[in-house]
Amino acid sequence: MATTPSLDHPMFKLVKDAFPGKTFRGTEFRGESTLIVEPGDLHSVLKFLKTNAACDYNFLSDIAGIDYLNYPAKTLGRFALVYNLICLARNERFFVKTSIDPSLPTDGIVNDPALVVDSVCDLWPGAEWMEREVFDMLGIRFKGHPDLRRILLWEDYPGHPLRKDYPVRGRGERESYRVVDRTSA
Amino acid sequence: MGLEAALPVDGFLTTQLRHVINWSRRNSLWPMPFATACCGIELMATACSRYDLARFGAEVMRFSPRQADLLIVAGRISIKTLPVLQRIYEQMTEPKWVISMGACASTGGVFDTYAVVQGCDQFIPVDVYIPGCPPRPEQLIEGVMAIQRIIDQEGIPPMNGGKRQPLGLVMQPTHVTKPQPVGVTVGG
Repeated sequence: MATTPSLDHPMFKLVKDAFPGKTFRGTEFRGESTLIVEPGDLHSVLKFLKTNAACDYNFLSDIAGIDYLNYPAKTLGRFALVYNLICLARNERFFVKTSIDPSLPTDGIVNDPALVVDSVCDLWPGAEWMEREVFDMLGIRFKGHPDLRRILLWEDYPGHPLRKDYPVRGRGERESYRVVDRTSA
Repeated sequence: MGLEAALPVDGFLTTQLRHVINWSRRNSLWPMPFATACCGIELMATACSRYDLARFGAEVMRFSPRQADLLIVAGRISIKTLPVLQRIYEQMTEPKWVISMGACASTGGVFDTYAVVQGCDQFIPVDVYIPGCPPRPEQLIEGVMAIQRIIDQEGIPPMNGGKRQPLGLVMQPTHVTKPQPVGVTVGG
């Protein structure tokens, strides 16, 4: 049963009025509203949502990275980032989403200048490890991050495993260990 | 009470030193619990009062590999954990034995992904494989008893020119698989 998203969340109007001339999209699913912004506007919109007294989203619950390669429906871009905001005073959740496209082949670990968004560590210090995880798994870099290293895999891991063009069984990483036997132990 | 009551007052026993050593070794297997997943829960249950691994002398879980002689690999081994496991194996002192407990430690189980090693026996010698997901405590006890029988027979694992040959025993499942799906009975 498809229903029309109801775009009556008060934040839509607040953000629209605060950023005249910018394009925003919005969607809603089962009572949760998502604001879709351009990557360049991401930091300023999130800053507005955090600092404006009427918004007051003082807690960043999560940053999720998505790879839409081979997605069956039409998407805005190859990669997406979803910021999961919570206002603790009103116990309210709000999502901000942005999509970016790579400019270089994505099957390795090349530093793609197109896959960069602004870090929000200056707004929510807790974003530091979340952004490191997104960088580790999807290779999206965050400009202004104080310490952007891989967080789960080791430094010279030859891939970003949550990209859909990374084979699910890896490229031999799980087989490339020395064999310990009686003589070496 | 006990053994000394059956002996004469100033009596003595004659035996072979090897038998005494094997007898003490088989009854004091100190496991190093390398529990990384749900098999570790069954391992804990095995050590607890209902199944009581202490009956087999293997209840002294040692979290230092230098004090352990039985490595129980219980759970999936990720690509970051395997070097740790190898190092722990190397730090254990001889004679030492390895039990690969459960489907994940033996084959990777359902986790056929880049991050999970498809069987720790590719990289360390494994003496006893215990199937199950997770195995029941009885089955882990079967595995410990298999190692006890090996110790009884010849002490340390067979050698091939200084190179350790893993025993490679496989425990059989201790339950009968019924036709699937099993009918549900309520109140009966």
